Amino acid sequence: MMIYFKNALTRKNLMALTGLFLSFFLIIHLLGNLQLLLPEKEAQLQYNLYSHFLSGNIVIKLVSYVLYACILLHTLDAIYLGIKSKKANGPKLSRDRRSRASTWQSRNMMFLGIIIFLFLVIHFKDFWYHYKFGELPHDENGNKDLYTLVVNAFDSIWYVILYSVSFLALGFHLLHGVASAHRSLGVYHPFYSKLIRILGYLFSILITLGYLIIPIIIYIKH
Amino acid sequence: MKIYLKIWRQKDNHSKGCFKDYTVDDVNKDMSFLEMLDTLNLKLVKQGERPVEFDHDCREGICGQCGVMINGIAHGPLKNTTTCQLHMRSFKDGDTIYVEPFKAAAFPIVRDLKINRSALDRIITSGGFVAVDTGQAPEANSIPITYQEAESAFDSAACIGCGACVASCKNSSAALFTGAKITHLELLPQGQKETHVRVTEMVEQMEKEGFGHCSNTEACQVECPENISVLNIARMNYEYNKSKLLVKK
Repeated sequence: MMIYFKNALTRKNLMALTGLFLSFFLIIHLLGNLQLLLPEKEAQLQYNLYSHFLSGNIVIKLVSYVLYACILLHTLDAIYLGIKSKKANGPKLSRDRRSRASTWQSRNMMFLGIIIFLFLVIHFKDFWYHYKFGELPHDENGNKDLYTLVVNAFDSIWYVILYSVSFLALGFHLLHGVASAHRSLGVYHPFYSKLIRILGYLFSILITLGYLIIPIIIYIKH
Repeated sequence: MKIYLKIWRQKDNHSKGCFKDYTVDDVNKDMSFLEMLDTLNLKLVKQGERPVEFDHDCREGICGQCGVMINGIAHGPLKNTTTCQLHMRSFKDGDTIYVEPFKAAAFPIVRDLKINRSALDRIITSGGFVAVDTGQAPEANSIPITYQEAESAFDSAACIGCGACVASCKNSSAALFTGAKITHLELLPQGQKETHVRVTEMVEQMEKEGFGHCSNTEACQVECPENISVLNIARMNYEYNKSKLLVKK
């Protein structure tokens, strides 16, 4: 029984399932955040209303617990597999040119993941924690004014750069991750495998661009 | 051709290894890489030194015995080839070539470039066979197999077990090897019957041997002498999940 939990295939299944859920969440989160790009007055009321709706909804609350669990499991799994890989590798090669046979992102998922994780810590602290536990002014409709908090944060060019770098890391992570997850779960049909790879690339590019334009446009507008 | 070599010398698994420099002057460009090493060894024997030990057998690219890291790449710069089928024309006169053994925790070094790949044998022993009693050889046409089935089973069966997939993998995973063996038998009616037991046993043995996980970088297929498809790994994952989720014990 224990070997089943230690088993790399099982761990990779878990990695794939949590990863795919997080990828799905990225779509919803992006669509919600695109409201930030509406004309200013409308954006403020609309975005604050949306945030208020999310924070008060019991279903959303339950989904958010699944989301936190996925982030944690995905991270723990990565650490577990990272250690396993190190053990399996044994002595280091003195001259290593194995990288010619694979893509850069596929070999650096851990590095990209660490950037994303660090970003999440900052992201949660600056917005999620502030909104949930901090004191925020209210807008005309009496909703907490998250919009102004977000827009003010992106006044700083450094903050925009931090976000842009993180989104690029996310983009490369997805570029390998989405297709790889399907492989780990066992999609072995050559046609669908190829299709998933192409759709995975498309998904990664669209998600990355979508997230990238938000801070940049806000910065330019203000 | 004149070739400068930096070869990994290590007395046994417990001692520390290091690179030693050698120069081979009379290299012909049509020599295979192993023949070049033979030339060096001949010279070393004449000088009374211990020759460089390396694995080899058929020297036709079909046995899977040879295999070293050449300039940091399993089986050298040519893709989809074995070390014995790599020729010195792939190098330039005056080149310096680094030669190291395949490195993985599951492949202990025996001496110099020679490694112990018994871990792969033990994976086969754990389930890479057909155990159902078939009795005497039946009439050949009583088990219909289509041309496509036979071909794709053979594509997987072409794996020669050289271990380049493990050596090329950043996690030292044996997923391509194990996946190919599982898929090969799964695709044929004789092997299909025991897929569930086979896949569980072989995957668990792979774990016990201390191989790493597969992160789908696909480097293994690029360096594999037989160009075994990475989709064999996906097939193994599928069969494993199916046997764990759907098959009653």
